[in-house]
Amino acid sequence: MLDALIAEGVDTIFGYPGGAIMPIYDALFDYSDKLNHILVRHEQGGIHAGQGYARTSGKVGVVFATSGPGATNLVTGLADAQIDSTPLVCITGQVFAHLLGTDAFQETDVINITTPVTKWNYQVTDATEIPEVLAKAFYIAKSGRPGPVLIDITKNAQIQKFSYEGYTKCDHIRSYRPKPIVRPQYIQQAAELINNAKRPFIIWGQGVILGSAEDEFKAFVEKSGIPAAWTILGAGAIPTDHPLNVGMLGMHGNYGPNVLTNECDVLIAIGMRFDDRVTGRLDKYAKQAKVVHLDIDPAEIDKNVKSTVPVWGDCKETLPLLTALIEPKTHTKWHERFDDYSQQEYDAVIHAELNPASGELTMGEVIKQLNELTKGEAVIVTDVGQHQMVACRYAILNKTRSNITSGGLGTMGFALPAAIGAKFGAQERDVIAIIGDGGFQMTLQELGTIMQTGIDIKIIILNNKFLGMVRQWQELFNERRYSFVDIESPDFVAVAAAYKIPGKCVSDRADLAGALKEMMESKGSYLLEVMVTKENNVFPMVPQGCSVAEIRLK
Amino acid sequence: MEKQEYNITVYTENQIGLLSRIAIIFTRRKINIESLNTSPSEIDSIHRFNIVISESEDVVRKLCRQIEKQVEVLKVYFHTNEDVIWQELALYKVSTDVIAEKVSVERLLRENGARVVVIRKDYTVFETTGHREETDTLISILQPYGLIEFVRSARVAIIKDSDGFNSKIREFERLEPGEEVIENEYLNQGQKVFTM
Ligand SMILES: Cc1ncc(C[n+]2csc(CCOP(=O)(O)OP(=O)(O)O)c2C)c(N)n1
Ligand SMILES: [Mg+2]
Repeated sequence: MLDALIAEGVDTIFGYPGGAIMPIYDALFDYSDKLNHILVRHEQGGIHAGQGYARTSGKVGVVFATSGPGATNLVTGLADAQIDSTPLVCITGQVFAHLLGTDAFQETDVINITTPVTKWNYQVTDATEIPEVLAKAFYIAKSGRPGPVLIDITKNAQIQKFSYEGYTKCDHIRSYRPKPIVRPQYIQQAAELINNAKRPFIIWGQGVILGSAEDEFKAFVEKSGIPAAWTILGAGAIPTDHPLNVGMLGMHGNYGPNVLTNECDVLIAIGMRFDDRVTGRLDKYAKQAKVVHLDIDPAEIDKNVKSTVPVWGDCKETLPLLTALIEPKTHTKWHERFDDYSQQEYDAVIHAELNPASGELTMGEVIKQLNELTKGEAVIVTDVGQHQMVACRYAILNKTRSNITSGGLGTMGFALPAAIGAKFGAQERDVIAIIGDGGFQMTLQELGTIMQTGIDIKIIILNNKFLGMVRQWQELFNERRYSFVDIESPDFVAVAAAYKIPGKCVSDRADLAGALKEMMESKGSYLLEVMVTKENNVFPMVPQGCSVAEIRLK
Repeated sequence: MEKQEYNITVYTENQIGLLSRIAIIFTRRKINIESLNTSPSEIDSIHRFNIVISESEDVVRKLCRQIEKQVEVLKVYFHTNEDVIWQELALYKVSTDVIAEKVSVERLLRENGARVVVIRKDYTVFETTGHREETDTLISILQPYGLIEFVRSARVAIIKDSDGFNSKIREFERLEPGEEVIENEYLNQGQKVFTM
């Protein structure tokens, strides 16, 4: 099994041992020069680290866990990876085959528990299957629309001897077609729509990044001259400051991209799946527009939004074909509409958020100050909540694979372990985790992983002393009935110190820039807690049940 | 869109766990599976599922795409009842004494297209195939005579307008998927044959 991992180019494994996976760990002992095993503190941390690794490196994340509780601790991460299309191969130990179904110690039916949250899973009870099954696992995890795969290996198979005849990578499964065939007539129809459009609008998602199609995408956008906006998982595929990048879509996205979705005449959706956080109320979403939808997953086409032209296929292949057929344009007048909305949003929201003259610190100004130090070069890993939306809105990203966040599942506790994995996947880059006071307490045990590996990540806790995002909804929609959102926290700097991680807590504006600089310049990991104003709200906002055009600025 | 019965035909590899992978696509959306049959197909190592649900065409199309997306599923079709020939098989156990004494067995068999599977001293088993109403009819006829046990199979359905799967399977075995296999031009035209 370990030889197979090496043959697949695996260098890093995130895992946690236990009874049912001990034979694998015993073998791993002799492979520590070839395979870097990171001992996490909780299997959920392990799988989120695997996700972070996969997202920055573009490779398959590999995770080990034992049977029973080890395996069930993976479930949140599997669901997260499934909905965010993250390639993972998870290997779980299982009780001896003859004990299956007997309620043996630490037996759980992992295959059935994980079926809804995996792209594929398989139980191995005979060691001779291992090479082939692992080859399939890696192929399935990374091909087509990527996703998590789980392989459950019974203990008897782990200790069984058999004659290993070498490893052959899998490149074809009869019943599995990862890429739909590209249909030239659809490309033609799409190009015609685009060439005749008066107010075309591009919305892109993570598909561009997963398909390594950033260059192809940029060429398409630049030739077309069409304004382009991103979903949070698509962020960074082209730089934040690219003149055709008009900002973020969705519930807390930018004003223009949301409003003008309902005014464009052709909507070109690329590698995105019309999540309800992006579309708002679906029956009032872009009804006036003809929709061109590029996606590798046929099940996404017409799932939420009916397409006029479905462009099935890998966007790395379809985008250049489309680019070749479109006419170069500038759409100056149409861009002015975006500029106009952008100015309105700046005046009503952004200016005050990023440049408060007095009062308590805001989350936005922390991100703004951080941008000045990272210059947009860092990997930003965010948790879930207000700080996530603020970070995604305001962080400058010059590079692809720079925004690591839990988009589809919204998993609090994701950021700290994902940042650890992200660093292992991109060791030469700065990795900064931005986390809420609530979410940090969900997986803070992974500070132990940081301590033991000596890895260098920077942690910023934006502490508003609230489960802020829930509080915001309670303020706006439940008449300020703050039901169980007032959360008490320990002294985070002292907690970090206990794990030998230096840190600081700031609450004064005068100290912020210096503290951020100190954090960035410190060797090794560092935790900076920033006390921010307690009851700030993230705006703009598309309230649930409203159309994107009904986005509120306050 | 209006709900009606759809017959979903799924060709799959013979793989443990695939049944639940397919079943949860329905249960996740709280859709009741009205009938489900799975059995080896005419092609070695390929299984065929026949699933019956009542839903709108739009929902059925989405479900079929989700099913076809599963790694071990080769192909999915969906059809209305008009587009398939379908049958269910039913078995009825009655007391041989009662039957011999009180019923004109020949008439019963003739009128209901039934046949006798076994006759034992203590019981007799009849069999019919047909649509739900037809197999129901024989229940009500036999009930007064002390029907001991009844069982009905899931629906099996043959697609009227199909060339069979044999030719397709060769396409699947080639490394690059061939044009016919994809057939996605049907997709947005509400065609009877849905494939991708
Ligand atoms: C595991 C999990 N539980 C609950 C939630 C619901 N939830 C979404 S945001 C949020 C508040 C997060 O609070 P905090 O981490 O302090 O971030 P803030 O919004 O204050 O920036 C909660 C509870 C969730 N997304 N994930
Ligand atoms: Mg908070």
